[in-house]
Amino acid sequence: MANTDYQLIILGGGPAGLTAGLYAARDRLNALLVEKGVVGGQVLVTDWIDNYPGFPDGLSGFDLVEKMSAQAKRFGLETKNGNVVKLELSQTQKKLILESGEELTSQALIICTGARPNKLGIPGEDKFTGKGVSYCATCDGPFYRDEEIFIVGGGDTAVQEADFLTKFASKVTVIHRRDTLRATKVLQEKAFANERVDFIWDANVIAIEGDREVERIRLRHNNGEEKEIAARGIFILIGTIPNSEFLPLQLLGGDDRGFIITDDEMRTKVPGVMAAGDIRSKTVRQVINGAGEGAVAAIAAEHFLSGLD
Amino acid sequence: MAGENVKHLTDAEFEEYVLKSDLPSLVDFWAPWCGPCKAIGPVIEELAGDYSGKVQIVKMNVDDNPTTPGKYSIRAIPTLILFKGGEIVDQVTGAVGKTQLVTMLNKVA
Repeated sequence: MANTDYQLIILGGGPAGLTAGLYAARDRLNALLVEKGVVGGQVLVTDWIDNYPGFPDGLSGFDLVEKMSAQAKRFGLETKNGNVVKLELSQTQKKLILESGEELTSQALIICTGARPNKLGIPGEDKFTGKGVSYCATCDGPFYRDEEIFIVGGGDTAVQEADFLTKFASKVTVIHRRDTLRATKVLQEKAFANERVDFIWDANVIAIEGDREVERIRLRHNNGEEKEIAARGIFILIGTIPNSEFLPLQLLGGDDRGFIITDDEMRTKVPGVMAAGDIRSKTVRQVINGAGEGAVAAIAAEHFLSGLD
Repeated sequence: MAGENVKHLTDAEFEEYVLKSDLPSLVDFWAPWCGPCKAIGPVIEELAGDYSGKVQIVKMNVDDNPTTPGKYSIRAIPTLILFKGGEIVDQVTGAVGKTQLVTMLNKVA
C-alpha cells in the first residue's frame, strides 16, 4: 500500500461517521474523522428522538450525538475541523484537499457527508431565510411565541415539528400538496389530536413576500385557485438534498438526485471508498440505519485495508 | 473549564460592553433549548481563550435577553455577530466550525 497520512479517513461527523469512527478506533486503525462544522450533523436539530433503541425514555438529538462522540473518543478516534473542497481518488491513495489548502491522504475513505434541508425554490425564500423563513423548528420555533406559524411538508419532520411548534406558537398550520400525509402514523395521530395544529390540503406555497421580514405567503390550491395569507413565520420541512457537490459522483456512482449508490457492504465503484448515512441513495433516512451503515462501512474499510477485498 | 473564558452578557450590558468597547466583540446569540447552540459551545470557549486580549467573545441568552436579538432581527440561532466600533463586521447563523470562526475573527484580530 502507498505511504499515506492515515489508513482511513471518515468524511463527516453525523451518526454514520461517528459510528464508523467508533468501529475504526476499536479496530485500532490509524483513522481520522474530518468534519466541516461541529460533529452531530442533522440530528443536532432534532428536538427529541424516541425511535433510537436503548433509550426507553427518549433523548434529545444533541444528547444522542454527544454520547456517540464520547464513545468514539473513548477509543481514541482523532477528529479534525476542516472543509474538504476536492477529492482525488485512486486505488491506492485517497487525497482530500481542504479549503485551507491543506492536503490529507489515506488508503481508505468513508464518505458520510449527509444531506441538508431541501428548499422550495420559490420567490422570497432566500431573501427571508432567518427573517421568517426557517428550515429548523427546534432552532427557530421559540422566536414565534404566541404567533401563528405555517409549515410546508407532509413527512415525518413536518408533522412531528407541527406538534412541537405548538409549544410556542398560538397556532400551527401545515400546508401539504396532497390530501394525505406521508408521516409515520403515530406522528400523524399526535398532530391530528393537537387542537392547535391545522391543515391546508392540496396546496403549494408559490411565493413568500414582505418588506424586511416575512409578511405574507401566496398559496395555489391544486384546483388552480390562488390566495394570499398573512404570515410572519414559515417553516419549510420538505426532505433533504445530498451534500455531494464536491464529490466525483460519476466515478463513485451516483443517482440522478446526487446521492451515492453503494452495494450492501457500503462500497462505491472506487475500491477503498465507502459511503454511509444520508449521503447514500436509499429510501429510509433514520438515525438508526445511518449508524448501522457507518458500522458496515468501517468493517468494509477494514477488509479493504487487510487486502481481503 | 465550562464558562471560564466566556462572559454571559445581558441586554443592559450590551451597549457599554460591546458597542462602546475599544476591542472588537463576537457575540454568540444562543439558548439552552437549541442543540446546535450547545454543540458549538465548546468551540466558543476555546476561541475565547485563544483570542483573549484581542477579541471579546461573549454569549447572550436570547430567552433572558429579548431586546438585543430583536434589535438585530435575529429569528434563528445560533447567530454569531462580530462587532467593531459599534458596527457589524460579519455575521453567521448555524453550527459553524472552528476554522470558519477563526477566519471570521482574523478579520479584526
